Amino acid sequence: MSLNPPPEETPGLRRRFVISSLLVAGIFFVLALRLWYLQILGVEHYRNLSERNRIRHVAIRAPRGEIFDRHGTLLVDNRPAFTVSALRQGVGDHKQLFPRLAELLAIDEEQLEESWQAGQGLPRYRPLPLLEDVGRQAMEKVQENSVDLPGIMIEVKPLRAYPYGEMAAHLFGYLGEVTEDELRQSAYSSYHSGEMVGKTALERMFEEKLRGTAGQKRIEVNVRGRELRQLTTRNPRSGQRLYLTIDAKIQQAAETALTDKAGAVVVLDVNNGEILAFVSKPTFDPAWFARGVSGDEWRELINNPRHPMTNKVLRGQYPPGSTFKMVVALAALEAGAVTPSTTFQCNGSFKLGKSYEYRCWKKKGHGTVDLHKAIKESCDVWFYQAGLETGIDQIASAAQRFGLGQKTGFLFGGERSGLIPTRAWKKKRFGTSWYNGETVITSIGQGFVLATPLQLASMTAAIANGGTVWKPQIVQKIVDLEGEADWLLTPEKLMETAWSEKSLQAVRDAMESVVNDVGGTAWRSQLKNVRFAGKTGTAQVVKRKSDEEEEQAKDDEVIPYQYRDHALFVSYAPADKPQIAVAVVVEHGGHGSSAAAPVAKAVYEAYFADKTVNNDTVRQVAPGD
Amino acid sequence: MFDRRLLTNFNWTYLLLILLISAIGIANMFSATSSWTTAVQPVYIKQLYWLGLGVLVVAIVCVFDYRHLEYLSFSLYGGNLLLLVLVLAIGRTSMGATRWISLGGFNVQPSEIMKIVIIVALARYLSETEHLRGFSLRELIIPGLILGIPALLIMKQPDLGTALLVLCIGGTMALFAGIRRSSLIFLATSGLAAVGGGWFLLHDYQKRRILTFLDPERDPLGAGYHIIQSKIAVGSGGFSGLGFMKGTQSQLSFLPERHTDFAFSVFAEEWGLAGCLLLLGHYCLIVLWGLHIALRANDRFGMYLAIGVSAMLFWHIVVNLGMVIGLLPVVGVPLPLFSYGGTSMITTMTGVGILMNVGMRRFIF
Repeated sequence: MSLNPPPEETPGLRRRFVISSLLVAGIFFVLALRLWYLQILGVEHYRNLSERNRIRHVAIRAPRGEIFDRHGTLLVDNRPAFTVSALRQGVGDHKQLFPRLAELLAIDEEQLEESWQAGQGLPRYRPLPLLEDVGRQAMEKVQENSVDLPGIMIEVKPLRAYPYGEMAAHLFGYLGEVTEDELRQSAYSSYHSGEMVGKTALERMFEEKLRGTAGQKRIEVNVRGRELRQLTTRNPRSGQRLYLTIDAKIQQAAETALTDKAGAVVVLDVNNGEILAFVSKPTFDPAWFARGVSGDEWRELINNPRHPMTNKVLRGQYPPGSTFKMVVALAALEAGAVTPSTTFQCNGSFKLGKSYEYRCWKKKGHGTVDLHKAIKESCDVWFYQAGLETGIDQIASAAQRFGLGQKTGFLFGGERSGLIPTRAWKKKRFGTSWYNGETVITSIGQGFVLATPLQLASMTAAIANGGTVWKPQIVQKIVDLEGEADWLLTPEKLMETAWSEKSLQAVRDAMESVVNDVGGTAWRSQLKNVRFAGKTGTAQVVKRKSDEEEEQAKDDEVIPYQYRDHALFVSYAPADKPQIAVAVVVEHGGHGSSAAAPVAKAVYEAYFADKTVNNDTVRQVAPGD
Repeated sequence: MFDRRLLTNFNWTYLLLILLISAIGIANMFSATSSWTTAVQPVYIKQLYWLGLGVLVVAIVCVFDYRHLEYLSFSLYGGNLLLLVLVLAIGRTSMGATRWISLGGFNVQPSEIMKIVIIVALARYLSETEHLRGFSLRELIIPGLILGIPALLIMKQPDLGTALLVLCIGGTMALFAGIRRSSLIFLATSGLAAVGGGWFLLHDYQKRRILTFLDPERDPLGAGYHIIQSKIAVGSGGFSGLGFMKGTQSQLSFLPERHTDFAFSVFAEEWGLAGCLLLLGHYCLIVLWGLHIALRANDRFGMYLAIGVSAMLFWHIVVNLGMVIGLLPVVGVPLPLFSYGGTSMITTMTGVGILMNVGMRRFIF
């Protein structure tokens, strides 16, 4: 037992107690100060952080605007696609989870593992997609078993659907995930990675209007990322609707008539340039892109020798062949080189100078030929001479006034301009002067001349309507959710030429004979209920040199596909009061009369099927006709 | 021999203060664990049992005159050292540390007992050895060994938090006994040097904790997560708090270890600065009251006992609060009466019992 006096009575100790107590109080004061700093000065900052912890902003994708044809037929739609995703905080050990999930989805466990690894780059709070676009049944299975599948969720997003399958795929274009490069551009500043964006054609051109505005869901989650309740929701606003000038029925008829051949068909309204059908074949299935194409599928599309990804309406450049003859005829008439009644003798070939000989397609020759017969039976010799007497620059001038050799100004698709050669062009391009022989072959649409199917349709429409080249247009109107038109088509004249009515009529009469009179090159394609006018063309792909080869060429089956001639046919109907123009190009199809004209015929059948054609335009089927 | 004066001198207010803090702690635990559905018995009920046991411990400790401890002190100390050695030899390992030893079916944590025993042993030594000018370096060797040996053994387990606390408790007692200024300066400088050197002896996770304390953003999802989430919880409490059971950080489980080491963060989020200051005041009061008991103790041994217990309470409170509000690194130190855990409750209540024992026997010779 200590004999010391109590501490209270020891002054030194007492002082220590006072100091100790003050120290204790002081340190508690520091703690209080810190609390004041955190809770009073920092309250806003920390409440923000706390909100960020517990509140997730989930984007609700807006359905993309639908695309309709001119009559309101749905061409491009949306459907809900279910994606099985994983919230990584909630999953725990994914290796334990995947066997069960793979079993439910009836896929390989490895596939899930692959997606899991691939998605590790995503921000942690973002759901990691494991399997995209699962069927409704698989989705329901996963939902029923959600108790066994912590952290697994079903995401619903709208995906493009195509009721008509591959039809007009080149026109619609396709969607793809926005790329890292695009995300860096200001035009895509409002996009998030993983979002789908229009990559080509209409989908790309009208991306802004079709896209709509995404909605947002604010949800409260716990630390495992499990959704506890929804706080607020802002509904998405779907994109604007696109009404095209396309007529689904005509489009379909044209695609069907082309069967599996490569080529293009364009149908124009001759009086305003509206495009009623826009066919490029072979085509692709845009639904592949909606769900994402695999590398193999993409390579197959790109390496296909028939170029399914190329929009041939805009980017296919073909020698127009005999379909160019109307232009040459009008140029010759305008230049006064010929009159409709000027005749030339055709005995199967034409000699230029001493050493050059140009053959007519008909070896036996056409005999005495005037303009009407030259077009109707497609006599080359008549045009060789008419062309020579007119001169290349006169021909080129006429061609240009029909819109050839220049872009039509089509909205998208990297349209090509085709080619109309002139003396100046050749000098500039090759540094050599123009030869008469080149004028000769230009007169039948061979040589340097190139035109796109769209230009050919436009040219034909101008012949039909008296000389006006309308800008080809595809969008009729853009309509917002309330049904208000945001944009309406206004026809636009690209150029107008006052051709002499007499000359035009001579050419048109001849074109009508091509189809409707015995001996016309498209005589087999005539229709009973409506008279249409047209012109066949057969464009050489390679120049054949010898007669032996020519003999061989008679049998198309023997010539390798890529050396076969292109078949063309341009036309309009009804002949006396034109409404629509149709241009058909069948790549390596052989003869225009046999391969291309029947396609146009099918288009007219579809177009006039439910139309009451004025009596005077309907051919009266007389007995003995 | 039972003296009625003992009951008269029993400090009922102090016990009520302790019970009040415990009650708040249990209510807070109820809120912190309300989202748990799997527990067989909710932890707040278990904590209630521990509190009952704690009160029993206070009663038992009060019955015997604390002066018996004086005679027992060195045997207790020796026995405890033996247990610490045994822990290292045959202890139960969990989570990379060996802290527990099985004694007759009970799991005992000798390092925790050492918190009390070191107080008793040092109280005995310091009360018998007074130096008017304070301890010199040489005179500090023996108390240094008394303190250092168990601290080293505990650090070896490794249990840095408890070792640190034992050192703090003993150090505080020695400091109170008086250390010469020159010795103090020497100790402080060599202590700083030791900290520098000791850095290399730390486990990786301990280094990480310290680095992360200095900059929690280094590892926001790993080691820094605790501090960041705790500060968010405390800070978003604001002045008046989000309300009982309404703290999102705790209710949605963003706050880890929220019924044990980070229980105060839950309280701070739900009760705000107002609640915190009130609780802080109570804690401050039990420490100061402890010092007051020491001041009025009947003898030097009683005084040092009371100072030791006050230091134990003080350091637990300050280290835990300092941790959850981001002033000190994360060391696993529970907040007395507030964090869930039987061990902590029994240790604290034993200390409280000793304090009251000293307080009620100040008039008995």
